[in-house]
Amino acid sequence: METNGFSSPRPDAFPAGLRVLVVDDDPTWLKILEKMLKKCSYEVTTCNLAREALDLLRERKDGFDIVISDVNMPDMDGFKLLEHVGLEMDLPVIMMSVDGETSRVMKGVQHGACDYLLKPIRMKELRNIWQHVFRKRIQEVKDIESHEGLEEIQMMGNSMEQSDDGYLFCGVDLISGKKRKDTDNKQDDRHYGDPSSVKKARVVWTVELHQKFVKAVNQFGFDIGPKKILDSMGVPWLTRENVASHLQKYRLYLSRLQKENELKASFGGMKQSDISKDTPGNVCLQNSSNASRNSVTNGSSGICGSKVPIKNVDSKICVEDMKVASVQMAEPKEALIGDITDPQKSSNSRTGLNHSFGQIGLDVKYEPKILTQYSWTEVPPVQFEQEHMPHFQSQSWSTEVRPVHFKPEQKPHVQSESSFSHLPLARNHIQVDCRTEPILSHHPIPSTNEKDKRADIGPNCIKSRRQGIGIVTSVESTAQLFSVQPKSHLTHCKEFEPIPCSMWNMKNHSLEKIPLNDVDSSQRNLILGTGSGFRLLDEELRRYSPQGDFHPQNAGFENIESFDYSNQGIIADIPPLLYDSLNFDYGNPSETMEYPVIDQGLFIA
Amino acid sequence: MEVVGQLQKQYVDFITSLFREAYLDDQYVQLQKLQDDSNPEFVVEVVSIFFEDSEKLLNDLASSLLVSISLFWVFILCLRPSLLLMVVLFFLLFLFQLYSQQQVVDFKKVDGYVHQFKGSSSSVGAQRVKNACVTLRNFCEEKNLDGCSRYLNLVKQEFYLVKNKLETLLRVSITLW
Repeated sequence: METNGFSSPRPDAFPAGLRVLVVDDDPTWLKILEKMLKKCSYEVTTCNLAREALDLLRERKDGFDIVISDVNMPDMDGFKLLEHVGLEMDLPVIMMSVDGETSRVMKGVQHGACDYLLKPIRMKELRNIWQHVFRKRIQEVKDIESHEGLEEIQMMGNSMEQSDDGYLFCGVDLISGKKRKDTDNKQDDRHYGDPSSVKKARVVWTVELHQKFVKAVNQFGFDIGPKKILDSMGVPWLTRENVASHLQKYRLYLSRLQKENELKASFGGMKQSDISKDTPGNVCLQNSSNASRNSVTNGSSGICGSKVPIKNVDSKICVEDMKVASVQMAEPKEALIGDITDPQKSSNSRTGLNHSFGQIGLDVKYEPKILTQYSWTEVPPVQFEQEHMPHFQSQSWSTEVRPVHFKPEQKPHVQSESSFSHLPLARNHIQVDCRTEPILSHHPIPSTNEKDKRADIGPNCIKSRRQGIGIVTSVESTAQLFSVQPKSHLTHCKEFEPIPCSMWNMKNHSLEKIPLNDVDSSQRNLILGTGSGFRLLDEELRRYSPQGDFHPQNAGFENIESFDYSNQGIIADIPPLLYDSLNFDYGNPSETMEYPVIDQGLFIA
Repeated sequence: MEVVGQLQKQYVDFITSLFREAYLDDQYVQLQKLQDDSNPEFVVEVVSIFFEDSEKLLNDLASSLLVSISLFWVFILCLRPSLLLMVVLFFLLFLFQLYSQQQVVDFKKVDGYVHQFKGSSSSVGAQRVKNACVTLRNFCEEKNLDGCSRYLNLVKQEFYLVKNKLETLLRVSITLW
């Protein structure tokens, strides 16, 4: 491995002298790439282990401009390395692989890669990698300009006006510096150098720094602004936009983890141990350690885990929501609880299964929405839930969690229900969409043994999901449906005639497509009252817990969460399988599909 | 000199045929382009690294497909049963292995090695090897042990073929230039 001493970029003739770190386990490629990069006049350092590369990067905090890494490496996944580099060092990373499948490329981009090269790599491809470095620098400059400039102006007042102006001017110049560079203007202006040679002190996010950051985020909730984080971190030399950009990356990272975990859960039959690791409360706020991943997963189990053909918009919303929602731990708890209570309530009077994926964290936001989705006339959707559900949630989660709360009694605040009444089909589908909560509530799982529950829930959920779309639509009496414990719920579900999963999927799809005017309005209502909604849910839960097993909120909550998680996983799992059968449009529910459901169902009260 | 001229022509013919028969592809040309005065032995070095690494990889690959067959036999031999008993045991174990081999072989691991080998062979432009790897990967995905072993042999074969040809090519080019 060729190493260079601490070198600073050559001020002249960018991109020559670009400091590249190449990481690849294949010695042949390492040699070839080294040679190619040298021919481009770059400074190359090679490394064949990812861990070594990370150490190198940490050691020489400002020693590299760009990292090129292979995807498949024995000691660490290339994508993981990519994330670490992005989080800690904020360097552009290029991935390479002999495998050019779209899914892999997409994964690379999702993890933050600047580019994805296919092996065998050509010289000309390597020649242009400097553009990524350049682009990043320009963006940084813009960030500085906008963030700092603004802040300074705001905070410093007139006395600093001149310096602010000077700074802003500097920023502007930096941008136009590019043009200067193009025109080969070698002004070596100390104040404003080219973006290419500007080396604004790059913040290296060391492990300790990152831990402080995560602690601060945990303290205030995920959805806080960088300013607060900055203040609580108490690191004097850190600037607000450093924190802001790091926060953004962190959120992306978490969301990615959640998705991965959710997929794993759904496909791997729910790794309960993972799920049960963290309490719901801690959901979403974790270090980038494994623990955090688990917890995040738990929290965000509901989040777009499904790779169901959700509309792109939906999934995007999903991701964003996740970030947003993950912060609110308290709310999710309540929401979950609320969901649980809902099922309980509805169990008494309704026929279908209400699923509410108690998506932790984010879920809370999503849940309400989901709940609103139900269309069972007989079951008045938990209205308070609806109120609080963010509308986007319904969109993004449509595949997974369609609120299917069937409650015979009309809750005053639930208005969406009526809006749904006109959609019989929708109802069917909605019902199909079992909520995790109802399921949870149905199954008597000792709250004390959360782990067991989770484990139980997992497989159960999966089973219930599969069968069960049927469950949702099935007509079983609500009483059967609701028991506090998920386990029983699940078993109950099994009893139901398994409605074709397609129904469920249909529901999901149709729900998505539903031109829900009513839903929209109700959604909007929901969005508004999240806080109160959760409290309401809480109350409801307490009030309605039929079997008294509704254990301490937290316990139940956790159960729900894990259950939800598993459910979601299941749900996520199902849609892809059944996607084909979907194509259901709410607007034009296929009669044939509808009928069977209706027949089975029975809903109502 | 005439001899040199002839040798050169032979070289050109040879390398052209290699390209034509897809033993080598454009990547090899790229390697040649990379070679310059500052590093006149570049291609030889790269190819040597490739050979070395590939041998190791092929061994890993072969052993990953064999997995636990040996364990059974060792166990049996340790027991030192009577001859008849041994025969019976062998037979039973053989049958057992036939059915259980699929589970015993870690196809993921095999796939990993094949992927690596595919990447390696693409680095020097060994096209036929690469294509054989692609097919082998498909068998791995299907968990088709029989297909895997067959294609592993093919991959090995192609590798040794291209190795031979490359060695010849390089020897000639060193002599000539």
